[in-house]
Amino acid sequence: MPMKITQEIKESTIIMTLDGELDASSSVILDEELSEPEIMKYSKILVDCKSLHYISSAGLGVFISHLQRFEDAQIKLIFYNMQDKVRNVFEILGLDLLMTIVSNYEEAMSVADE
Amino acid sequence: MSNTIEVNCTKKNLKLIRDFVSEYLRALALSDILMNQIVLAVDEICANLIIHANHEDPSKFISLTIKEQQSMLRFEISDRGLAFRRSEYKEPNIEEHIRLGKRGGVGIALVNRIMDKVEFISSDNKNTCLLYKKI
Repeated sequence: MPMKITQEIKESTIIMTLDGELDASSSVILDEELSEPEIMKYSKILVDCKSLHYISSAGLGVFISHLQRFEDAQIKLIFYNMQDKVRNVFEILGLDLLMTIVSNYEEAMSVADE
Repeated sequence: MSNTIEVNCTKKNLKLIRDFVSEYLRALALSDILMNQIVLAVDEICANLIIHANHEDPSKFISLTIKEQQSMLRFEISDRGLAFRRSEYKEPNIEEHIRLGKRGGVGIALVNRIMDKVEFISSDNKNTCLLYKKI
């Protein structure tokens, strides 16, 4: 199953929906999306993980490599709807404490509005 | 059921390997989280072998054999590429990775934290990684 990324824009928020598996092969697409210069004009990036069925270190690495750049630009990166098995992978490395992961869209929007 | 798979060194084959491991584990009725962890650990080793040890050379192969003995799963992953130098391995500092925007280098940390025992053996141009997990 290849990775499919869809984007929706709501004012200053970009919502990225991940559908599929993020491994060493497919994470390249995600990296390209997050490297787009236009992404820096949003104040919030919401990542809908409902259909993200798998993530390996390559997928995590993409988020790790962009996080500081977003923080420096005061862009909030927020994950939501994450499956337990995927969240567990973030937890193994302690990334759940360094990144913002919330339960659902409403929570993600309220964090983003703070 | 066949418990060995051999694939050539392209990243697209990682999905094949994960499906093979998942299919093997299905009979063991493990929790979703544990099953995903085991699949992930094998995927991480295979990705390292395909990308770093064999430079995604499609003329090269890696093989995986799964065995189960007394509630212990054993994964044997072999190739003929560059050997992993464990003595040079350093556990990553994730906060530093974030600060520096570093992309790689956390795969082996995942494997070490998931598996009960991880061994790397090299002899006669053949490298073998052994992963053990109690279930």
